[in-house]
Amino acid sequence: MSSKVETVKVPLEKLTATLPPRASVALVGNPNSGKSTLFNRLTGMKQKTANFPGVTVEKRSGKLSIDEIPIELIDLPGTYSLTPYSTDEKITVSVLLDRLENETTIDAAIAVVDATRLYQSLCLVQQLIELNKPVMLVLTMIDVAKQDGIQVNIEKLRNILQGIQIVSVVATSGAGLPEFKSELVKLITREYGDKDSFWPELREKAIEIQAQLSQEKAATPVHEIERALIDSTVEFDDPTLMGHVSSTRQSLCQDQAPVAVEARQRFLLSKQIVEQVQTSAPPVSQWVARLTTKINQPIPATLLFFLLMAVIFQAVFAWATPLMDMIDNATAGTGQWIEGLLPTGMLSSLIVDGVIAGVGSVIIFLPQIIILFLFIIILEDTGYLARAAFLSDKAMRSLGLSGQSVIPLLSSFACAVPGIMATRVIPDRRDRLATIIAAPFMTCSARLPVYALLIAAFVPNTNIGFLNLQGLVLFGLYLLGIAGGVFTAFLLKRSALKGPKPSFMLALPEFRVPNLQTVLLKLLDRARIFLKRAGTIIFFVAVIVWALSYFPRSESIQSEKQAAYQQAQATLNDEALETRLTDIDNKAAADQLSQSWLGRSGQFVAPVFEPLGWDWRISAAVIASFPAREVVIAVLGTIYAVGAEADEATLSERIQSASWEDGTKIFSLPVVIGLLVFYAWCLQCGATIAIMRRETGGWRWPLFAWTYMTLLGYSAALLVNFLF
Amino acid sequence: MSLTLADLKPGNRVRIINVDTADDAVVRLMSLGLIEGVELEFINSSLGGDPLELRLYGSAISMRREQARHFHVENTD
Ligand SMILES: Nc1nc2c(ncn2[C@@H]2O[C@H](COP(=O)(O)OP(=O)(O)OP(=O)(O)O)[C@@H](O)[C@H]2O)c(=O)[nH]1
Ligand SMILES: [Mg+2]
Repeated sequence: MSSKVETVKVPLEKLTATLPPRASVALVGNPNSGKSTLFNRLTGMKQKTANFPGVTVEKRSGKLSIDEIPIELIDLPGTYSLTPYSTDEKITVSVLLDRLENETTIDAAIAVVDATRLYQSLCLVQQLIELNKPVMLVLTMIDVAKQDGIQVNIEKLRNILQGIQIVSVVATSGAGLPEFKSELVKLITREYGDKDSFWPELREKAIEIQAQLSQEKAATPVHEIERALIDSTVEFDDPTLMGHVSSTRQSLCQDQAPVAVEARQRFLLSKQIVEQVQTSAPPVSQWVARLTTKINQPIPATLLFFLLMAVIFQAVFAWATPLMDMIDNATAGTGQWIEGLLPTGMLSSLIVDGVIAGVGSVIIFLPQIIILFLFIIILEDTGYLARAAFLSDKAMRSLGLSGQSVIPLLSSFACAVPGIMATRVIPDRRDRLATIIAAPFMTCSARLPVYALLIAAFVPNTNIGFLNLQGLVLFGLYLLGIAGGVFTAFLLKRSALKGPKPSFMLALPEFRVPNLQTVLLKLLDRARIFLKRAGTIIFFVAVIVWALSYFPRSESIQSEKQAAYQQAQATLNDEALETRLTDIDNKAAADQLSQSWLGRSGQFVAPVFEPLGWDWRISAAVIASFPAREVVIAVLGTIYAVGAEADEATLSERIQSASWEDGTKIFSLPVVIGLLVFYAWCLQCGATIAIMRRETGGWRWPLFAWTYMTLLGYSAALLVNFLF
Repeated sequence: MSLTLADLKPGNRVRIINVDTADDAVVRLMSLGLIEGVELEFINSSLGGDPLELRLYGSAISMRREQARHFHVENTD
């Protein structure tokens, strides 16, 4: 026994003899019951939480200690029973049943139960108690239950559940956490008595099977045999054991599906329990209930969804512009200030043209990112994301998919990486693959700055009716992304991924007014992630790109510049001289850039993009942004910082006036549209490719997606240049 | 012909009397608690009439008509 344990203030009756140094405790429960919220509360971590089922799709662990007792807490995907259907549920069940090799085993489990959905959760609770590991129950959403007039008699419930500890909490506010923590300590330090099975017939049959096994095979745990009796995907190496299992399954279930037999058994008991321990009164405030019913009606819900979307797209420009201008002017001002402070030379160029022009031009999109995430968080926390899945199921069916794909696809508006992870909830492999390939088409938050830069620079800020044109164009680009993804999924489901029609079922979350504190914390976290990215990856890229544009220094250009200076000073005066000197500076800077490494490689790849009407600078920026889209802004920022006129302080102004040698603008209408379409459809994201490889288990699908999307983006931009 | 979950109108309250478990998706729905003896309220159907939204013991569940047809029910109101 470690000395730490003995200093516990809680009265300890009997310590279990084999208490490990750090007890690992799993949070288990139905989807959307508040596991991750509780996990975050206890560990201080920032697991994603949202109001729809299937938010957590992987195992995560965090550390905490209560009264100096160290605990490893494990957050798991939600599940309704120990018979898993989808990848995320399989993870939970494997962890609980110690099916994974090389993983620490679970010492205890916390059954997380949404107090408003007691009935649905009691099946899993029965199964958990039967695993014969210490289990306690925590009732969450007590605040919502009160609102709804639902009361649970904890004493009665505890008696029925063979005396396991039960506490109630409000995970979002932290109410009830102190009691919860002290109960948790008791759970892992006190003796936990054996519990009876809630389904004795199944237990007896499993014990019978185990008794028939030879000595060395008898190590197969009873609960694993029980699961095998129900879940035909469980396999044992031993053929005699498999034989026993399938004959016993036959006698247990006759011709019924074993899962249905278990559901009937478990939920019949759940129903009896709920009838004994739960009392319902009418909801506290009738109008909330009435309002919820109203806005959940299909047509109002759809209209509200589009209204919210329209408001956000308007807001991205209307609200963000003043803020952006402020950041923009601040960065430009800082640049000019440093330029004045430092002597002209390498250091000044690195800071002004590299860091400030590169990183600064990305940072100014922070307000837009915040507004976008506000929209996403509202969708997630009200429960609308799941409602959208319900509303669009019929439309998705005509594509060969189901509403189930909608949640991962809408999540990809933030980033395709979590979107692709979220496809784990889709049971069928083909549907899951089609959704994975469609996900990178959704307009992610890294595309937003690229769109915003080009739209703000080239789309007039006028109104059409009461809608802002810039907002409309942005909306159009989102639709373009959706169209690309939907079309691709449609083709795939008709060819390589042809399969049976997917079914659809979903536990719809209750509509909830988002918790202000939660929303603000999530927004802050988003801002932090964005700024951190700008300060690390983008900073790194900006410095490299600057170095590539600065070196090698050409002696001949410098001496030519000196000669031109002297000639000008000898022949011109005052204003004419000023203008002439600036011209000389700009020409020297442009010549230097075009013979730099960046210029040379840009000119090397330029022929590939020439048919699209792009110059070598755009080509270089586009190529550099294949690992991450928003890099294009940093690169353009650095490239166009070189030789910029003094009155063109911002990147937007600089690209507006960039011109070819003959004076025509580089960013012509076809070039701008071509770029937008290219960014809408091209797969320029190393992280997405990596996650695709991991989730599909090979390079085949990511390579296909990359080639297909790049060709699609290129062809579309080519077509645009050809048409306009 | 007997009444199924696919034949209801908003506001109808019913009790499940028999589940036909031929379909795998139906079996999966039973894992959410849809078994014989349970009372349900039909809330609404989605755009285009499918899928359906039902409520049992405080949980809202949505399923397609195709599966709803396998749940035989009787009126309770
Ligand atoms: N009012 C209230 N809301 C809560 C409480 N606990 C969690 N929530 C909210 O319920 C939603 C679901 O919480 P999560 O923690 O994501 O649930 P989860 O069990 O991890 O869900 P999955 O990962 O999908 O299985 C979130 O919107 C939370 O903010 C609570 O005690 N009271
Ligand atoms: Mg979670």
